[in-house]
Amino acid sequence: MPIAAKFEIEYLQYLDPEGKPVRKDLPDFAQNLDYMVELYKLMVSTRVFDTKSIALQRTGKLGTYASCLGHEATHVGIGASMKPEDVFAPSYREYGAQLYRGVRPRDVYMYWGGDERGSDYPDEPARHDFAWSVPIGTQCLHAAGSALAFKLRKEKRVAVCTIGDGGSSKADFYGAINVAGARDLPLVAAIVNNQWAISVPRKIQSGARTLAQKGIAAGLFCIQVDGNDIIAVRKAMGDAIERARKGDGGSVVECVTYRLGDHTTADDARRYRGKQEVEDAWKKDPVKRLRTWLEAKKAWNKKKEDALQHECEEWMDKEVNTYLETRAQPVTAMFDYTFAELPADLVKQREEAMALEKR
Amino acid sequence: MAAITLIEGVTQALAYEMKHDPSVVVLGEDVGVNGGVFRATQGLSEKFGEWRVFDTPLDETTIAGLTVGLAAQGMKPVAEAQFEGFIYPMMEQIVCHAARMRNRTRGRITCPAVFRAPWGGGIHAPEHHSEANEHLFTNVPGLRVVLPSSPARAYGLLLAAIRDPDPVVFFEPKRIYRQYKEEVPDDGEALPLDVCFVLRDGTDITLVTWGAEVKETLEAADALAKEGISAEVIDVATLTPLDFDTIAESVQKTGRCVIVQEAPKTAGFGAEIAARIAEECLYDLLAPVVRVAGWDIHTPLFRLEQKQLPSTARIVAAAKRVLAAG
Repeated sequence: MPIAAKFEIEYLQYLDPEGKPVRKDLPDFAQNLDYMVELYKLMVSTRVFDTKSIALQRTGKLGTYASCLGHEATHVGIGASMKPEDVFAPSYREYGAQLYRGVRPRDVYMYWGGDERGSDYPDEPARHDFAWSVPIGTQCLHAAGSALAFKLRKEKRVAVCTIGDGGSSKADFYGAINVAGARDLPLVAAIVNNQWAISVPRKIQSGARTLAQKGIAAGLFCIQVDGNDIIAVRKAMGDAIERARKGDGGSVVECVTYRLGDHTTADDARRYRGKQEVEDAWKKDPVKRLRTWLEAKKAWNKKKEDALQHECEEWMDKEVNTYLETRAQPVTAMFDYTFAELPADLVKQREEAMALEKR
Repeated sequence: MAAITLIEGVTQALAYEMKHDPSVVVLGEDVGVNGGVFRATQGLSEKFGEWRVFDTPLDETTIAGLTVGLAAQGMKPVAEAQFEGFIYPMMEQIVCHAARMRNRTRGRITCPAVFRAPWGGGIHAPEHHSEANEHLFTNVPGLRVVLPSSPARAYGLLLAAIRDPDPVVFFEPKRIYRQYKEEVPDDGEALPLDVCFVLRDGTDITLVTWGAEVKETLEAADALAKEGISAEVIDVATLTPLDFDTIAESVQKTGRCVIVQEAPKTAGFGAEIAARIAEECLYDLLAPVVRVAGWDIHTPLFRLEQKQLPSTARIVAAAKRVLAAG
């Protein structure tokens, strides 16, 4: 019988859950232990940042917050694979990637603390990245539009979007990879498959064996990686991004990880998933995995770990204080960014709001 | 100077701006070689190439999302929805992202995009091809909603829309796409956004309208004039942000107002204008404000379509009712 198409999806993993190498061909970057230590430090910082965020929310100092616990290898791996000139279109929990690109913890605290200035990242390269996208999957098309702009202007830049397993069900995701495939746009879509879209498990999210294979339909290069193994994420994403930069087309990289926390602080995952499942997932902890490997390589030890934890705590405390000390914007700020120039009607409404403030 | 139709005004504006601003790109389905289903982009692909006149896959969501991404990267995309009835899949991107980008990022990222759609009924089209749905967008902060009603205003307002630093939803009344020609200099002169155009001065009654109904409203003013009634006709042109001052000034002068809209009556944009008149001009009124609108129904298929569109006779009758009331 003639076959019209056949496909395979590679699964990439370098470190097993115990931190032991499962293959000998470690990528060049992973042989640079100083570099790997830097990635590890950011993973730990991200976790400390996340813990602090939840504590702030629980004490009423943040609004609803979306935790990134368990995603550290995927997120930092994605951020570390990008060049400064590339553009990132994140969902709403990819803090590890964003911290790598210069978003400050205080920016994230500001955003979830109810202040739009949290999305006005002052530092490059994050300054030219998109802000968090709350509507699911819509950011994939912003990345595709950016990739189209790069291609039109003949810029050697790549647009990277992240999307959840749930988000990969959305039309926007398919639209983005479809147009990227049709027009060879420099787009890399990283699916952060953390197994749960709020309460809907991966198995009823899609009948596809892998989420990566959705990219096959769009004509993109596709790979699935162990998203708790930062070496695998960094390698697959790095290759995909450079392929796109060279003009060899876009990719879908599925990073298989796990959402160790609730969907957001407004969610209680105990309502829909078993304790055992979460305990099993902790055995694949991405932070511990890299630490074990680095320790085996004599590149890390308890003393360094303690110092790092202390350093991270200090950093976050400082960021929290800066956030808490930042006064709310004046009421006029509600109006001032609706249009480049305020229309006459809004000028009147702005004056009315100001007058109410003065009463 | 050539005499052109309204749709040629659209094409002329696109061509002018693409020639003078390399960041302007046109995208949509069929906009390239085919020149758009109504031929609004005819010839542009030959002039500017297939990457600046970008044929997208058949997916309105993709067209809108790409537009947001392009605009965020400093391009000036002009996206086409083939019919306004197909704009619904674009709404999430327009409402959640295009309209909010500036506010969300405190001005760090903006969205200077234009979303064009042939609008309204009266061309014997199939289902979903004839809606007048501008009111779905006029309640969205951060958007401009523009509706030209003549070749000159199509040219001048589209140039202004492309040059505007914020997103514009640009509805084109397709019923009058090719109805008549007028001389429009291709000089790149934009018309102002956010202002109403007073098309005819009058003293007895103010007729406020926009889009294709400008034609019937002007005809109604002519008919009223024959009976010695002087009607002022205002083309709103930019619905939001609304230039209410021009409407208020007229209503204060005439004391009477009829609002004409093609869209269904309930919660249409005419309701906004009537409410503003009640808030700000009540004591200038000599009679209640009356709306002449589409019925609150789905646009009928074309055997009955004309019964949905406000006719000249309905506008004349409404004006006489207002005049009789005070």
